[in-house]
Amino acid sequence: MKFRIYRYDPEKDKKPYIQDYDVALDPHDRMLLDALIRVKAVDDTLSFRRSCREGVCGSDAMNINGKNGLACITNLNDVKEPVELRPLPGLPVIRDLIVDMSQFFKQYHSIKPYLVNDSPPPEKERLQSPEDREELDGLYECILCACCSTACPSFWWNPDKFVGPAGLLAAYRFIADTRDEALGARLDDLEDPYRLFRCHTIMNCVDVCPKGLNPTKAISKIKEIMVKRAV
Amino acid sequence: MIPVRKFDAIVVGAGGSGMRASLQLAEAGLSVAVLSKVFPTRSHTVAAQGGIGAALGNMSEDSWLWHMYDTIKGSDWLGDQDAIEYMCRTAPQVVYELEHFGMPFDRNADGTIYQRPFGGHSANFGEKAVQRSCAAADRTGHALLHTLYQRNVRARTNFFVEWMALDLVRNADGDVLGVVALEMETSEVVILQAKATLFATGGAGRIFAASTNAFINTGDGLGMAARAGIPLEDMEFWQFHPTGVAGAGVLITEGVRGEGGILLNCDGERFMERYAPNLKDLASRDVVSRSMDQEIKEGRGCGPHKDYVLLKLDHLGPEVIMKRLPSIHEIALKFANVDCTREPIPVVPTIHYQMGGVPTNIHGQVVAPKDGDHNAVVEGLYAVGECACVSVHGANRLGTNSLTDLIVFGRAAGNFIVAQNLQAVSHKPLPPDAADRARARLARLDTATSGESVPEVAHDLRRAMQAHCGVFRNQELLAEGVRKVSELEQRVLRTAIKDKSKTFNTARVEALELDNLIETAKATIVSAEARRESRGAQARSDYPNRDDVDWLKHSLWYREGNRLAYKPVNMKPLSVDAFPPKTRTY
Repeated sequence: MKFRIYRYDPEKDKKPYIQDYDVALDPHDRMLLDALIRVKAVDDTLSFRRSCREGVCGSDAMNINGKNGLACITNLNDVKEPVELRPLPGLPVIRDLIVDMSQFFKQYHSIKPYLVNDSPPPEKERLQSPEDREELDGLYECILCACCSTACPSFWWNPDKFVGPAGLLAAYRFIADTRDEALGARLDDLEDPYRLFRCHTIMNCVDVCPKGLNPTKAISKIKEIMVKRAV
Repeated sequence: MIPVRKFDAIVVGAGGSGMRASLQLAEAGLSVAVLSKVFPTRSHTVAAQGGIGAALGNMSEDSWLWHMYDTIKGSDWLGDQDAIEYMCRTAPQVVYELEHFGMPFDRNADGTIYQRPFGGHSANFGEKAVQRSCAAADRTGHALLHTLYQRNVRARTNFFVEWMALDLVRNADGDVLGVVALEMETSEVVILQAKATLFATGGAGRIFAASTNAFINTGDGLGMAARAGIPLEDMEFWQFHPTGVAGAGVLITEGVRGEGGILLNCDGERFMERYAPNLKDLASRDVVSRSMDQEIKEGRGCGPHKDYVLLKLDHLGPEVIMKRLPSIHEIALKFANVDCTREPIPVVPTIHYQMGGVPTNIHGQVVAPKDGDHNAVVEGLYAVGECACVSVHGANRLGTNSLTDLIVFGRAAGNFIVAQNLQAVSHKPLPPDAADRARARLARLDTATSGESVPEVAHDLRRAMQAHCGVFRNQELLAEGVRKVSELEQRVLRTAIKDKSKTFNTARVEALELDNLIETAKATIVSAEARRESRGAQARSDYPNRDDVDWLKHSLWYREGNRLAYKPVNMKPLSVDAFPPKTRTY
């Protein structure tokens, strides 16, 4: 199978280049990650992140034939040859397919991604109705792979100021949680021309999310709550 | 000179147990560094699916004593009863704490945490199945790990992300003073000096070819401990999870059977009724895996090669499947081309969990025999989670008890370290050779220009372990396996990598991981060869019975001399009467 892979090692390369590979696959190789491991067995200098190989850890996000996705759950039957692999767009490249995700995590951390509830907890669990719990479905499952934020033109332009789809999905996950007591502060923090309102509903985030989540919907819900609060 | 950075405590590994411990340490104001090869939420705890075991009694009457009995019986009486009592008694409290931290558990109509049945969990000492597994759909590990990371963000825990610990630092008295570690992005090597060093490095399922484990599960803590002269306990006991996707190895939670799924052979027979008339498909994992293997061996497997069985769940209906088992639906589609709302999933027993590990007491302190004391404390070193052997799982772990183990003992070790008042203690001086072993390993890889390929040796190791240390074992198979692994050990010493870059050199990381895989594999197969009985996950066709007269004891494997020692099982619970060994049927 033929691959065209983005290569860059700052120690020896003045600039990035594309390297062609043609590797023999085993009949059991099913996913793109299996093929990448074949490539690495031939050329151990190729660097990429990977761990769970089943789409839950979020390590192996990359740009696959122009679209962000996880190598471990991208079926080889679904990709056109030669498969062109590039690092996630818009983040600094450390080496080959490995990007520096500091900016992405900085935005995630900026929304206070933890439950705020300073009331003394009961002896047992806090009660939550199944309906209230259902509000968190489609929000808590995010794996922080960064496919969405690095597919978002608004994030490319303002990665330091726009929270981005992943961070805003997380923000809404806590806003929507009946156990959280920081709604006002969370909304104040996002009421800003950049942090929330740079989202122009381009919906690339929805298109690429490997877990089928919908950050755009979460963002519009935050905007709705903000409008309600204003009137 | 190699740079030194000083902390009160360091935690190696940022999965469930490491982050539960670090939370206690950071919230108590200790200076703590948490090292992880991957960003914390990518740790393998994220892949746990079915639930965390605790006798909350939300669905029907339950008691921690029943949980304790089930765990001891599940362990085939090899588990230490003091540790098991501690875990089962503390479990409800730690689950409530996770809920208070914000973990998104599924809920019952009355607002309490939803619990599902799981293998080997029963009411009233084996009478009938009980719903004890506290679940967040089939993503409990993900929900738990993200919640703990979030809580650590709140506590401003200091993470060293994409750092790999290479070796322990011990002084002449044997006290542990920290680790030598490698920053993967830059290849900088640093001594992280600490008054307490906690291993939470997880399992090593990557010593087998067919494994549910992530690539990062390479037994780094086991390798480091073994090279530093610390024994590894009960390493012959490896759990085969009954339901890995055939061919792919990806985990299908036992929660599928908890929700009502059943296993079928090629005749469409629900064969578990024959092997475990009471709990059937929800018998203990070792029992179900052996039964499946037996069906396949006797020609009742499914598919063109009759080499798997079927997990049927379509009768649960699409609504239950999409609500309680959404990830299973996704995994079956992606890895087995199966829509499980309509067709069964092909499954085989697949390596999943290591019951053994670095020996510890219930405070997480690492213990090793010294001067006649079986459990003398190794000063300064702690271990929790899958890399540790406390031992609550004995010869076979019950489903959901891994997450319980992580949280109960991560928290206990954190609290114990906090109580040491480390801020008032000064660092012990580092020995001059502190970094020698780690530097020699790195230097060999930097200078070797030709040699064995790391992926090839790792591949051969996994094949050898799979062939010689599987579900059913015997003397001939194991002795040949010991010989093969010892040949592979020589090949590990001759590996070479082409990549010499200092920038994010993943080839070097994989070569360093292979050093840990080989120690784990040696410990496993040597311990398995020596244990001439069948107990829990160790099933020997030449010694088919459990032998409590000669073998009711823990194995301790030492790297030096590739030798074994043994220590007694703790049969004294903390406050209740002991559960003496009896015949184990489900």
